[in-house]
Amino acid sequence: MIHSYEVSQTNHMIESENLDVRTITLGISLMDCISDSLDKLCDNIYRKITCVGRDLVHEAHIIEREFGIPVVNKRVAVTPISLIGASAAHNCEDYKRIALTLDKAASEIGVNFIGGYSALVSKSMTAAEETFIRSIPAALSCTERVCASVVAGSSKTGINMDAVRLMGEIIRQTAEMTSDEDSICCAKLVVLCNAPDDNPFMAGAFLGVTEGDSVINVGVSGPGVVRHAIAQVRGMDFKDLCDQIKKTAFKITRVGQLVAQRASQDLQIPLGIVDLSLAPTPAVGDSIADILKEMGLEMAGAPGTTAALALLNDHVKKGGVMAASYVGGLSGAFIPVTEDRSMARAAEEGAVTIEKMEAMTCVCSVGLDMIAIPGTTSEATISGVIADEMAIGMVNGKTTAVRVIPVIGKEAGEKAYFGGLLGESVIMPVNTYDCSEFVGRSGRIPAPIHSFKN
Amino acid sequence: MKRAVITVVGRDSVGIIARVCTYLADQKINILDISQTIVDGYFNMMMIIDVTGVDERFADISEEIIEIGKELGMDIHCQKEEIFESMHRI
Repeated sequence: MIHSYEVSQTNHMIESENLDVRTITLGISLMDCISDSLDKLCDNIYRKITCVGRDLVHEAHIIEREFGIPVVNKRVAVTPISLIGASAAHNCEDYKRIALTLDKAASEIGVNFIGGYSALVSKSMTAAEETFIRSIPAALSCTERVCASVVAGSSKTGINMDAVRLMGEIIRQTAEMTSDEDSICCAKLVVLCNAPDDNPFMAGAFLGVTEGDSVINVGVSGPGVVRHAIAQVRGMDFKDLCDQIKKTAFKITRVGQLVAQRASQDLQIPLGIVDLSLAPTPAVGDSIADILKEMGLEMAGAPGTTAALALLNDHVKKGGVMAASYVGGLSGAFIPVTEDRSMARAAEEGAVTIEKMEAMTCVCSVGLDMIAIPGTTSEATISGVIADEMAIGMVNGKTTAVRVIPVIGKEAGEKAYFGGLLGESVIMPVNTYDCSEFVGRSGRIPAPIHSFKN
Repeated sequence: MKRAVITVVGRDSVGIIARVCTYLADQKINILDISQTIVDGYFNMMMIIDVTGVDERFADISEEIIEIGKELGMDIHCQKEEIFESMHRI
């Protein structure tokens, strides 16, 4: 029989420490929607998403009530549109129509984001893929729920520098499209290296081509729970600290596994993976930077931050792996700036810089995430930042990503406001020394020597 | 057997258990176990109930119990046992 201590511990985590299931993401393959007629393609896409996804939000609501745990986001990830649209879409306007279709379908089934307006160009781009990428600024600015991602490198293919250069341009154009709202559209656009096929988190979620027809992937979270648990071992040695993180991650992940199994069973859609991520929100106490502080750092960014983050990331995985049948996605600590109140504070104080964040991305699950940069940052500099991050991912065989927001009309030190879960932060200065000659070279950076494992 | 856990937390007053139990009886839900403590005027109760017969409408029942909690000015939750089992038992 369940003990009252266990009940009160679980409920305390939910009520006071922001434990939640961050997202149930329904992956839907659009492979069978492909047509050479744009009308037919859009019709097929709309029908498939609204048919497969019609019960997702309702089911998530039932799960919330039955287990008493919030399921914060209900989302859909589809097969990359650059593949699905290639034979029907011939220009940016055509792709924009597909984006509008996705947006309409997402609105119909009530999900807050739909990912998969994506291109996989880690080695090189087809003409259709380039057209697709060029459609991203318009597609994001005319839709509310569509998220875009571009995979520009991998450990096996190297880095497609043509795509990296193009993305510098695209990110700036996207920023300009919503210059009156602090360039918020860039929050829906990410450039990735080694992107997982089963990531349930936005903006980088898409359903990889190796996946089945539909799949349920679940992302758990709980930075507040981990911080609270670490507070119990203040002053104790690293063994105790690591054990405490593992035990907590295990418990958090078991909830994710339960919810994933239940959603899969009720929707009759196969269970894919549980993503063991610690994803912060701007809510007080729901912060990765606070975990670092609890470990003994004055602020995120202090010397020791990278080591603390490495320890955290690794032990979240070690604890979580046994708790779930299939682990995947990004699985690790996220370190966005605007979405993490304490990280944003550290940026404002100058404790953490973009360069320090870059070092931190070597040991955690994502990359430079939700960082507001000056609106004057050049396309070449943005490409340089992307190239650095892609290189970290490529060489270390891990996922890295760049989601930066050049806030048009604002300078370093001013504040950018995005609202809601996207949060706010000071605009962080970017190294302005020129890299245009380097990123201006065409072609790709070859895969590293240690990728040749055959 | 499918079980759920009801927790009631709040300032002690007359008729808390009666109100919850009357609702459960109306729903034909059997109570398997009750434990209760009162510390410094704060009422803390945990109840384990058999929800086998009402599994289909459990989400609605859970919501109605939360509503009763609001009427009583108490914090009441009704959750399926699996969430606690999966979190604390291997």
